[in-house]
Amino acid sequence: MYLSVLDSRQSLFCSSVSFEQIGILHKRFKQLSHNEDTLRRDDLNTIPDLSCNPIRTQIIEAFFDKRNFHQNGEGTVQEISFEEFLVVMSHFRPPALDMTEEQREIIRREKLRFLFNMHDTDNDGTITLEEYRHVVEELLSRSGALGKETAKGIADAAMLEVASISMGHMEPDEFYEGITFEHFLKILKDIEIETRMNIRFLNMDTTNLCK
Amino acid sequence: MSVHALRKSASSSFVFVGIGLPIEASAPAYQSHGTEGSHLTNITNTKKAFPVLAVNYEHVRKPFEIALWILLALLMKLGFHLIPRLSAVVPESCLLIVVGLLVGGLIKVIGEEPPVLDSQLFFLCLLPPIILDAGYFLPIRPFTENVGTILVFAVIGTLWNAFFMGGLLYALCQIESVGLSGVDLLACLLFGSIVSAVDPVAVLAVFEEIHINELVHILVFGESLLNDAVTVVLYNLFEEFSKVGTVTVLDVFLGVVCFFVVSLGGVLVGAIYGFLAAFTSRFTSHTRVIEPLFVFLYSYMAYLSSEMFHLSGIMALIACGVVMRPYVEANISHKSYTTIKYFLKMWSSVSETLIFIFLGVSTVAGPHAWNWTFVITTVILCLVSRVLGVIGLTFIINKFRIVKLTKKDQFIVAYGGLRGAIAFSLGYLLSNSHQMRNLFLTAIITVIFFTVFVQGMTIRPLVELLAVKKKKESKPSINEEIHTEFLDHLLTGVEGVCGHYGHYHWKEKLNRFNKTYVKRWLIAGENFKEPELIAFYRKMELKQAIMMVESGQLPSVLPSTISMQNIQPRAIPRVSKKREEEIRRILRANLQNNKQKMRSRSYSRHTLFDADEEDNVSEVRLRKTKMEMERRMSHYLTVPANRESPRPGVRRVRFESDNQVFSADSFPTVHFEQPSPPSTPDAVSLEEEVPKRPSLRADIEGPRGNASDNHQGELDYQRLARCLSDPGPNKDKEDDDPFMSC
Repeated sequence: MYLSVLDSRQSLFCSSVSFEQIGILHKRFKQLSHNEDTLRRDDLNTIPDLSCNPIRTQIIEAFFDKRNFHQNGEGTVQEISFEEFLVVMSHFRPPALDMTEEQREIIRREKLRFLFNMHDTDNDGTITLEEYRHVVEELLSRSGALGKETAKGIADAAMLEVASISMGHMEPDEFYEGITFEHFLKILKDIEIETRMNIRFLNMDTTNLCK
Repeated sequence: MSVHALRKSASSSFVFVGIGLPIEASAPAYQSHGTEGSHLTNITNTKKAFPVLAVNYEHVRKPFEIALWILLALLMKLGFHLIPRLSAVVPESCLLIVVGLLVGGLIKVIGEEPPVLDSQLFFLCLLPPIILDAGYFLPIRPFTENVGTILVFAVIGTLWNAFFMGGLLYALCQIESVGLSGVDLLACLLFGSIVSAVDPVAVLAVFEEIHINELVHILVFGESLLNDAVTVVLYNLFEEFSKVGTVTVLDVFLGVVCFFVVSLGGVLVGAIYGFLAAFTSRFTSHTRVIEPLFVFLYSYMAYLSSEMFHLSGIMALIACGVVMRPYVEANISHKSYTTIKYFLKMWSSVSETLIFIFLGVSTVAGPHAWNWTFVITTVILCLVSRVLGVIGLTFIINKFRIVKLTKKDQFIVAYGGLRGAIAFSLGYLLSNSHQMRNLFLTAIITVIFFTVFVQGMTIRPLVELLAVKKKKESKPSINEEIHTEFLDHLLTGVEGVCGHYGHYHWKEKLNRFNKTYVKRWLIAGENFKEPELIAFYRKMELKQAIMMVESGQLPSVLPSTISMQNIQPRAIPRVSKKREEEIRRILRANLQNNKQKMRSRSYSRHTLFDADEEDNVSEVRLRKTKMEMERRMSHYLTVPANRESPRPGVRRVRFESDNQVFSADSFPTVHFEQPSPPSTPDAVSLEEEVPKRPSLRADIEGPRGNASDNHQGELDYQRLARCLSDPGPNKDKEDDDPFMSC
């Protein structure tokens, strides 16, 4: 029913989310949105499990970020429908056993793109130092009274590392604008994201639904 | 007793030492060991001259022989690594067994009885260090991610192996032509249970050298560790049953209950001792030298306690190591950590070597009963049952795994199921009432030889041939660390959104429980608040600083020429921007770690450094030196700017945060009030450092050509960097940190 809305570009997404999983997610959607058709930020804010999560704001924002719905979307929305919820959730499904290397690469890019969008809040295509600092600060925000200085130091060191790996050599007066998506892919290529960024219950063996 | 066995059986192997040496009558004080024959000469009436030089071998025989064996083993090991081609082709375990065979043969040629690998010696002395080493350094993340799979392989896989082999061997024995019709089912099942368990020692020895990817490694290795409970239960069960002769349903039920008791009991015992060790380590800040001993002794006690109750000692050891590690490492000093690491590696290495050599010797020694059919069938069945078991179980497991096991993974898991000394020792423990004991022993030895030699030697080329993914050797990257933590929180959050209480949810709950309740009790001082990311970052900075100190000069060890300038907005070009960044970073590391790094140079039996009576004084002095450093740094960094003539075309931008760099607060350091470990902060005394390292001055000459202020600034900072000798507790996972002495 809902699958007809998703266009062909997302067929790769929906082909590994089974009917019953969609049913489960639909139930959850209804529960969160209090039986309405759209979900708002406040509905997600009230989830008790999220309250102690240090990056809660970013996670919630990710659900309302248009870049995660379509390839060319921009900006944020105030409420999302179930299709969009499903599309965001589909970023967390694992690759199937029989996938080729190209398909795995596509999935890897898609997951890393999701992460990239979470960091790149002003949508200029790069993660600047300020944005990265903000990420690290948020990560450490729940960890006690260590202050922003450590976070800044960590973010600076991380940025330096990215620049070293991606650019190799830079003149003293050149300025590294920020982490582009390609650089991001490069630095994280070793963490095997396609096997790590998965929610377990989305991995039950599937039937292809939209061909 | 094991050592007596060793002594008795090896007694005359060293008889050639005693021949020809006059055994003098030593003073009566040395007679207390009751050795035979050496005091007989005392009875003669003639007055003997005072013995200036006397030999009393019996007095030192026991420790002498033990030390000699160990020395021999280690010399062999040394020898292998000196032959370059050999160690690349043949795994060490094979070579050691061959040496054992040779030594055993030699002893037999002399006409003596070679010592056999006594089971008590094996289980109480040789096995625990290896298991402790494995358990303490068990990579927790991959282990917990795959624990379900590992348990399925360990429990169900071993059960399948045991019954399949036992059953088929019994069927074989029924065949008339084999001539073994006296063997009953229970004996066969007993044999099957002994020989079906994958051996951790052998797996470790072989897999260590092939550097396979983490997933397969942890699967095989984890299985070899966790199947101990199954082996213990099955062995005891069948041993009891074969004495009684009949099996009832109640017995089977009790067996199942016994399995749970053995495994969970072992884990519980280990966990209790682990917590005790962690709690003890909280108070060891004044007696650092004995810290490693607590780790070793508590673990050994855990092992012995669980063996006492016939629980699984291996699981107790693993549980103890795993439980105590995070807390102990937060409490102990860096030196103690290094000591623990090196001692564990050393002991486990010695144990492993001795085990394999003794295996070879025992093969020559032991009573053998050869039956072609039985032995060959055993070997073939081992392989077949392993392969079938792995394939079958993987088929089921893959339905539940996110990351499925590929065919290559399955092959390596199946092929890596090596048998080893545990099987032999268990077989040796069989009482002599089993009429098939010798046959079983022979078969076990053959299986062990086959797996270690054939499978051990061929697994490396097969891994290359199949292009199995290898372990990625990568430096720790702070980006990866940040994103690992980020992913953890992200996935927990998304699970929360879905309302699904999954993997990450429970992990997060456990972490929170750990942080709020457990760490408070087990970690000394304020350290328990420190999150992983910060510890990781500090460790990285420390590493770079240590590298800097070691190389004796400032120049960057970074492969690139990128510095903070390139990243900070509106960067300024400088003549020595590279150095500036290094200096800044080092300063940051130094100043924020200073409290941990301060150690004096006194060494006594009880402390490695002075007590912390100078706490307040050192604090004040620290701030003063920090100010001093900043003053010098500011001078150093601003001076060149004034002197440089602007080059045409170069964009010169004022570095706005430059001015901020030199004030205490905006410096990207961790503020001093932050929780710091309780390790005694002795004073940093820059002044004392100068006379100690005059030679370093020469190394610091760089292409500076600037005023001596630079030099001085570098020197000061160099001295400060020297104080990194003992930085206090941190989670150091690399193993190439030298022992640093200040």
